[in-house]
Formats: sequence, structure tokens, C-alpha cells
Amino acid sequence: MQPLIAQTKMEIRLTMRRFEAVLITMIVPVILLIFFGLIGLAPDDYSRPIDFLLPSMLVLAVMSTGLVGLSIRTAYERSYGVLKRLGSTPLSRSNLLLAKVNSVILVTLGQIVVLILIATLGFGWRPEGNLLLAGLVLVIGTATFAGLGLLLAGVLRAETTLAAANTLYIFLLLFGGIIWPADRLPGGISFIGELLPSAAFSTAMREILANGETAVTPIIILSLWGIAGIILASRTFRWE
Amino acid sequence: MASINPAAQSIESRRLVGANGSTEAVTARESVAAVSISDLRKSYGDLDAVDGLSFDIKQGEIFALLGPNGAGKTTTLEILEGYRKRDSGEVNVLGFDPQHDADSIKPLIGVMLQSGGIYPSVTPFELLDLLRNFYPNARKPEELLELVGLADSAGTHYRHLSGGQQRRLALAAAIVGRPKLLFLDEPTSAMDPQARRATWDLIEDQRNQGTTIILTTHFMEEAERLADRIAIMDHGRLLTLEEPATLRRNGGSTVRFSSPASIEPAELEQLSSAVSVRSTGQGQYIIETENPIVLLDELTTWARTKDILIDDLRAGHETLEDVFLRLTGHQVRE
Repeated sequence: MQPLIAQTKMEIRLTMRRFEAVLITMIVPVILLIFFGLIGLAPDDYSRPIDFLLPSMLVLAVMSTGLVGLSIRTAYERSYGVLKRLGSTPLSRSNLLLAKVNSVILVTLGQIVVLILIATLGFGWRPEGNLLLAGLVLVIGTATFAGLGLLLAGVLRAETTLAAANTLYIFLLLFGGIIWPADRLPGGISFIGELLPSAAFSTAMREILANGETAVTPIIILSLWGIAGIILASRTFRWE
Repeated sequence: MASINPAAQSIESRRLVGANGSTEAVTARESVAAVSISDLRKSYGDLDAVDGLSFDIKQGEIFALLGPNGAGKTTTLEILEGYRKRDSGEVNVLGFDPQHDADSIKPLIGVMLQSGGIYPSVTPFELLDLLRNFYPNARKPEELLELVGLADSAGTHYRHLSGGQQRRLALAAAIVGRPKLLFLDEPTSAMDPQARRATWDLIEDQRNQGTTIILTTHFMEEAERLADRIAIMDHGRLLTLEEPATLRRNGGSTVRFSSPASIEPAELEQLSSAVSVRSTGQGQYIIETENPIVLLDELTTWARTKDILIDDLRAGHETLEDVFLRLTGHQVRE
């Protein structure tokens, strides 16, 4: 346990030390939540915009810390030779990957608290569904995006990872059910959109928190992404 | 364990005795090589990076592995460290095969990479404080920082350290876990002469405490000062493996000089007691001879008649650099 805890602490420290990354992961979801909350923009069948917005921004926060932040950080650690150096220590590869996933979960937890506080105090949000299930989905979603981030870093070079992660971020923001529900996208795009991990994630969060449903289908889709992502990430992980 | 054997207290084995005087471990260790390589081969496509390499590294010695760029040094080290798979041959590191028992070897080795390997935004203290958690009996960060002279920079981010300070931190990081075998890949590159000498002392201390050290370097002075034995390799093969003094003694007598005039080596070869002539570039010439006194006479006469200025004229054995050049045909630095 001691190596895992120490490495997790280091991973959190490294996350917080990349200021520009902290900015995009922490600030962007908060600003979007406040902005769209104030102008009250939401799809038709949401009587309160915050019921649509909060799940969206929780997913966005998870995505930016897991997919974007983690992939870029890991890819640069490889190009700086840090992973190679760690590979010669007794720290196991599974502990290193686990420490990275842990750090994403813990940092995300902080963001979730901030977003929920703003939603509750600023926009009168009250949870209606099963909070335990919502928490579980958050963990699955965080692990999924951390896995996908590690996968990106595993197969791409550092500079390419940076570009790919940011492109994916924008793509999923628009077409992956975050800023707009995927099932309201026109024609064939909606079908693809709904299968994306961010859409499955945000749909599950909305159905649980706003409608009190169990959201079986989106949870299954999200879990499949998670399993695939984590397996592929550990297969493609290279020390150098 | 084995009893203390006074006969084993030769000058050679005295070095092996740990700071705590644990003689019994020494007696047990002396019989086995720390590293043993036999007919090692590794190729990348058409390139045979390591081509039938065999040697042993003794317990407690500093073993310098020299060779021009692309000689196969790094590939060899990386196979020993467990980073690369070999194509064929036998490799034994501290009793284990790095390809199959990497997990058993990792707690026993310390690695200093040729460059990088450290988080840019982390301080020396934070790095050492992290690594100590990976080893059973780790050194304290404060102690290590003091040892490598970084106590005053303990809180500076790695990227803001000077090149020499970065190397010293990498060295400290390599010895956190009190390794039995230490890999140092060009440990003093980017250091100023003062830091380099302090680092040499530190490396010798590690050896004196019983650590086996494998070292690559571009500084011949470093290899001569530190190494108990020197291996020179090129094209993936071992060219020679000797103690530094033997290496130089085995070479012939030479007369060397520098001159501002550009001289064709062929011209010098016509001196009757010159065996061979090499130019090292930068106006330096080395003439191998069996009779240095006669050659000196011939050379000065030749220079006087041709009106060529000769500077820094010396006769003697080959330097390590000469040996390197003769065996590999390359400059040490290219």
C-alpha cells in the first residue's frame, strides 16, 4: 500500500501543479454552469435548466481531468523519461496506473463538491434520485475517462496526445451529450452521439438525478467503454 | 553464514567491506559475479546493436563501459536493467535473469539515466521523498540532499536546477534504495570540474560501501580515476577488458606532439623508427614506435630541416584516450 499511497499523492501534486490544466479542468465547468444557469438555457422538457446543466458539468469536469489532464500529463512524463526511470524502481506498473486513476478520482471529487455547492446555493438544485447510484456512476465514469486518457497517452506521442485530447474534448462537448442531449442531434449523428461515453455518462446522471430512474442502458454503455478503455490502456502502456 | 576469513582481507577485498564492517556478506559475495553476460545478442532490424558480447562484472568493483556513440553500450545497459529483451545469450544480474525476474532485481538496483527521468515541476526533496516509499530500507531525503550537495536547493523545481544539479539529483535518486548494483550512464556530464570531483568521491564511497557500479562515460579521466576495470566496446563487441594501468602498459610507446602546420601522416611514417602515425585532429599527432629515443632524434631533425614548429612534445606510454582511439578508430567524443 505504501508505494501506491505515495505515488497517488505525487500524482495529485502533479495535477495541481500544472496551472493551465487546473484552469481548464476547474474553471471551465464552473463558468459554463453559472453562465447557462443564469440565462436559463436548457432543452424543452427540463422545467429547471439546472437539472440538465449540473449533470452535464459534472461529466465535463470528469472528462477534462481524466481524459485531457491525465493523458497529456502521462504522455509528457513518458517523453521526459520519468516513466522509464520509475520503471526501474520496484513501483509496479499496476500501482502506477492505479495511482493515476486515484488522483483523477480525488481531484474530480473536489470539482464535484464545488459544482454541487454552486448548483444548490445558486440555483436551488435538489437531488431527487438515488444518490448512491449517482455516486457509483460518477466513479465508473471517472475510471472510464481516466482509462481512455491513459490509452491516448499509451498509443500517441506527447505532442499528438496534446492535440488529440483537446480535439476529443471539444468533440465530446458538442456531440457527446454534454452541452446538448445527444438524442436531440439531427439524423444519424444522434445515434452515434448516444453511444459515446460522455453521452452515456451524462444521460445516466440526468436520468438518475432528475427523473429518479435507474438508467440501465447508459450505465451498461458507459461500463463497456470503461472496461475496454482500462484493458487497452494497460495493454498499450509503455514505460518509454 | 560463512565465518570471517582473515585471508580474504586482501587489498582488493578491503573495499568490499561495508561501512558497518559486515565481513560475512563480503566473503559470501566474492565468489559470485554481480553481473554475468555470455554471448549476448540484440539486433534492431539489420543493425546488430549487441553482437556476441561476454563479460563478468565482479562484486564491489567499478566497471567502466566505454565505446563510441552507437557501440551498443546503452542497449547492453538497458538489457541488464530489464528494459529490453535480448535476442539470445545468457544474462545474470545479482542472481536473476532481468528478462524474467525483473521484479526481483528492481529493489536491488539503482539507475541513473543518461538524461531526464525526473518530473520537471517537482523539487529534489519531493522526488526523494517519493522514491523512499518504494524501497524496504531507503535513505532519508535529507541525508541524500546533504550527500550530493543539494541541501540548499531542496525546494527548487527540477526544471530550475542547473544541469550539474540535475545530474546530482539523478545520482541521489539512484542510491535512495541502497542498491547492490548501481548503473551510472554518464554521471558527470554537465557538471563543472568541482562538482565532478565531488561526485567522483561520492561514487567511490558507494563502491567502498560494497556497491557494484557499472559506469559509462565520455571522460577518460573519469574512467581512469574511478574504474577498477575498463571495457571498451564497438559494433556491439568487446574489444578489450583490463585494469586501467594494464590497458595503458599493453599499448606501445608513443611520441606525441602538436603542430600548427598541417602535416600529412604519411610524411611522418617515413621516419625510419615510426611504426604508425595517427592524427587526432586539432593539430595533434601520435607516432607509435619501438624506440622512442631514436624517433625523437629523427623527428626533431625532420622538423628542423622542414622548418616546422613542434609543440608539446612528449614520449611515453599511450594514454587511455590513445588506446581508445587505436581500438575503435574513433574520437571519444564525436
